[in-house]
Parts: sequence; C-alpha cells; structure tokens
Amino acid sequence: MQSTRWNALLVTMPPFAWITLFLFLPYCLLFCYSFWTLGEFQQILHHPTLTNYAHLFTNPLYLTVIFRSLRIAFSVVLLSLLIGYPLAYFLVFHSGRYRHLLYQAVIIPLWVSYLVRAYAWKVIFGNEGVLNTLLLWSHAVNHPLSFLLYSPFAVIVTLTHIYVPFVVLPVVASLEKIPRELLESSSDLGARPWQTFLRVILPLSLPGVISGATLAFLLSFGDFLAPLLLGGPSSVMIANIVANLFGADYNWPLGAAVAVVILIIVVTILSITQRLERRQRFA
Amino acid sequence: MNSTRKPILLTGFAGGAYAFLYFPIAVLILYSFNRDGVGGFPPRHLTFDWYRVLFADSAMWSAVENSAIVALAAVVISILIGFPAAYALDRYAFPGKAAFQRLILLPLIVPGVITGISLLLLVVSGGFHLSLTTVILGHATALTAVATTEIFAGFAKLDRSFEEASADLGANGLQTLWRIVLPLMRTSLLGTALLVFTLSMDEIAVTFFLIGRENTLPLEIWSRLRRGATPEMNAISTIIFVFSVAAIFISQRLVSGGEAGPAPTPEITGAAQ
Repeated sequence: MQSTRWNALLVTMPPFAWITLFLFLPYCLLFCYSFWTLGEFQQILHHPTLTNYAHLFTNPLYLTVIFRSLRIAFSVVLLSLLIGYPLAYFLVFHSGRYRHLLYQAVIIPLWVSYLVRAYAWKVIFGNEGVLNTLLLWSHAVNHPLSFLLYSPFAVIVTLTHIYVPFVVLPVVASLEKIPRELLESSSDLGARPWQTFLRVILPLSLPGVISGATLAFLLSFGDFLAPLLLGGPSSVMIANIVANLFGADYNWPLGAAVAVVILIIVVTILSITQRLERRQRFA
Repeated sequence: MNSTRKPILLTGFAGGAYAFLYFPIAVLILYSFNRDGVGGFPPRHLTFDWYRVLFADSAMWSAVENSAIVALAAVVISILIGFPAAYALDRYAFPGKAAFQRLILLPLIVPGVITGISLLLLVVSGGFHLSLTTVILGHATALTAVATTEIFAGFAKLDRSFEEASADLGANGLQTLWRIVLPLMRTSLLGTALLVFTLSMDEIAVTFFLIGRENTLPLEIWSRLRRGATPEMNAISTIIFVFSVAAIFISQRLVSGGEAGPAPTPEITGAAQ
C-alpha cells in the first residue's frame, strides 16, 4: 500500500513540523539556557557551566520553595479528592434523574475563567472581604481574620476550587465502567455496602483517582498566578521564582535552570503515576 | 447495592460540594451590583453603575478585541494542526508515534509557565519582538494539545463503515475526507473550536511571557487587579461567566444525545496508551 504510506506522511508532516519547531526546539533552548550564565553587564555568556544548578541546590531558598510547592500541591490533591470522590460517587450511584444536569454542573466551573475564580476568592477572603465583614456583622469575631488572605491557606482553597472538577470527571468515568453485576454479586454474597465499597468499588476506581490526582497535582505544583494574587511571601511557589527570574529579577539562565528542575519533577511524577495506573488497570 | 435507599449523608455532602463550587461565582455576580465596592456584608445599594463604567471603559474593550483576535487565530491553528495529528494518531502506525504523542500532549500537563518561557526563548532567539502574534503562537501551541485530544475522542466514536463504503464506491482519500469524514466530525470540531476559543480567552500563564504592548482581556484584568479591585472587575467577570456558560450550552447542543460535551480535562493517560 504505497499510497497509504504517502498519505500517512502527508497527514503527519504538518503537526510534526509544528511540534518540532514550537515544542521540541523551545524545550531544547530552555535546556541550553540553563547551562549558560549571566555576565557582568547582564549579558548572557554562552559557556556551558553547572553554576546555575549548583546555585539551585546549595541555596536553601530554592529547595524550601520547591518543597513548599510540593506540599501545597499535595494539600490541593488531598482536598480535591476529599471533595471530589464522594461527589463523583454520588453522581454515579445516587443522582437519579437529575444526573445529567448535576454532571453538567461540575463541568461548568471548568469553563469559567481561572482568573475570575481566583479573583472571587480574593474578594471573599480579604480583610474588607465578604467573609470577614460577614463574620464582623454577625459578631462571630471582633477583628477581621487576617490569616485568610495572603497565606498558603488562600492559595490551597483557590486551587482546590479550580481542580475539584479535574478530579471528579475521571473518577466518574472509572466508576461508570464498573459492571453493576459485580456490585450485585458482592451484595448477594453477603458483603455489606461498606465492604462492597472498600473491596470492589474503591479498587476499581483507582485508575480514575490516579489520573485526576496527577493532573491536579502537576497543575497546582506549577501554578504561579494564585500565589501572586492571593498568597503572601509565605506562599511563594516555584513557578513564581521562574516568573520573577524572567521578569524583574532578570536572570534568564537561572530561571531556565529552575524551569528544567520543574520539568524533571513533572515528568518523574507523571511516569510514576502512569505506571501505577497501568498496574491498577491490569491488576 | 442499596441504590434505592436515599443516602442522606452523601446527598448532603454533594450539596456542600456544589455550594463550594458555586459560592465564589455567586458572590462575584452579586457584588458586581454593589455600589460600595467589592467587599462588605451585607451588600447594599444595588446598582448597574459598574456595568455603565465598564461599557465606557475603552481600554477594556480594546483588550476584549485583542483577545477575540488571538482566540480566533488560536482556534484556526490548533484545529489545522490538531486534526491531522489526531487523524494520524487514530489511523496510522509510524516510527516515533509514541514520542510524537507525548510531545504534542505535553502542554496539557506541563505548567503554563514552562510553555511560556520556552516559547519566549524561541521568539527572542529568532530575533522577533513580542506582540499579539507571539501570544497567538503561545496559545496555538498550548491549545493544539487540547484540540488533538478532543478531536481524537471524536475519531474514536466515528463509525468507520461509512469511510469503507465510500472507498468501496471508488472515492479517493481526499474525497472521503472532504465528503464523509469532515461532515461526520462536524460536531466534534465545532465543540473543539468552542472549547479552544473559551480557553484562549482565559489564558494567562503562557500569555504572561509572550505579551507585547497590547493586552489581552485576562492580562488587562490581571494588571488592574494588581492595582486594586473594583466592582468593575466583578462586572466584567460576570459577563465572562455568562459567555462561558453560553459556550458550554451551545457545545452541549452540538454534541446532543445526552452525552457530556467536551471538557478541558485532558485524558492524560487514556490517549497515551
């Protein structure tokens, strides 16, 4: 089939050229920059060294921020699962005839601007914000709670709000795939509902949990907008460092090195969870 | 299975989860009508004044215009690249397919900051200036990943027998593509276009590094938020919300048949196997 081969080449060429030029090449450039340094006059010296990486791993600032970002991302995933899993379970098994509508109601926030939602939490958490003035108005507190805004707390709540749907959708998909006969036979064989849940439903839904959790983790790990808008100095995340190095702190080579470290962390986590997920699927 | 018994606890919990998802949006909309600013409980003096301020705000509207241009261009490019990419992933076996797939889907899971700065390095190395064109490039690159997954899902649902019939009846590949595949993929493509458009209208992380002198809407809002919030921001956010909801309902209609429409959640692993 000579013609099929030509067709394949013809179809594959444009996207192949695109990703080579606009994905592969930029990543290579990023990699190169991470070995270059900044000269005396802020010019970029094209002599490859490991200076940037040495700086990253000896200066405690970077490691602290990386661990903080991992911690924040982990909290976001945990909260998203705590909220998202029961919601997905409810949607699949108990939502009755409003199921379609309720499912849509999870998707809608995904289409609503990230910025709009982050801003909404800022409005809620501020000192003069909705929550504090409500608490003052109802005499629940005497002073505005200042820990709400400009803290890791605000960042975690906002990112959780954004990533809950990312967890719900794959969990719903994997719960739907469970054959109903399995649940019936489990209960016929005398398992109580919670036993059926723990020993049949939960294990079979793990692939969905893993893929939702991975996505929420990676995207919140690399977020820099929520910390910039809602977090204070105590919630600077690693992507903020990159953004600053490419902005006001002007040091592109160092910024590129931080970005490469982020990329390595992302790819490592992804390959671990993909392996886990595959194992779950064939277990 | 006790699916007949009403699980009160679970239903209550689900209600709470929905409240969590919608509370901020409700607050935002409510306070866009509040004369006295973005906070303060209870809201008083409801007014349309902030919408009036917004409609007279020419900087905001030129940002809307810029965003629309960028989003349209991003839709066109991401579908022009995403369609053949999804087709190739669905139909062909070729050397390097796995790497091809990983690379094209990478922007879905790699933080926007990485996509943004690596493209910035490309633009600067090429000696180009930052402008709306570089923003379009960034959006197209990031959103081609979304377009590819959505169109790939569309191909997976496609009934191949129509194409086989077309080939049996003597149509060549191009004729089959034009007269059979494209019409059958119409809803999938329209849904994808709508999703890419919406995501592009909202993109900040990549845009942040590629923006020139002209602002897109999210960056205009962003720069004003940094200076201090006014209910005008709530008003524009409310309008964005209304448009987003309209977009999802239109895409639902397109993909009718009770099925869930496209959602910006990439099947990171589903497609990667």
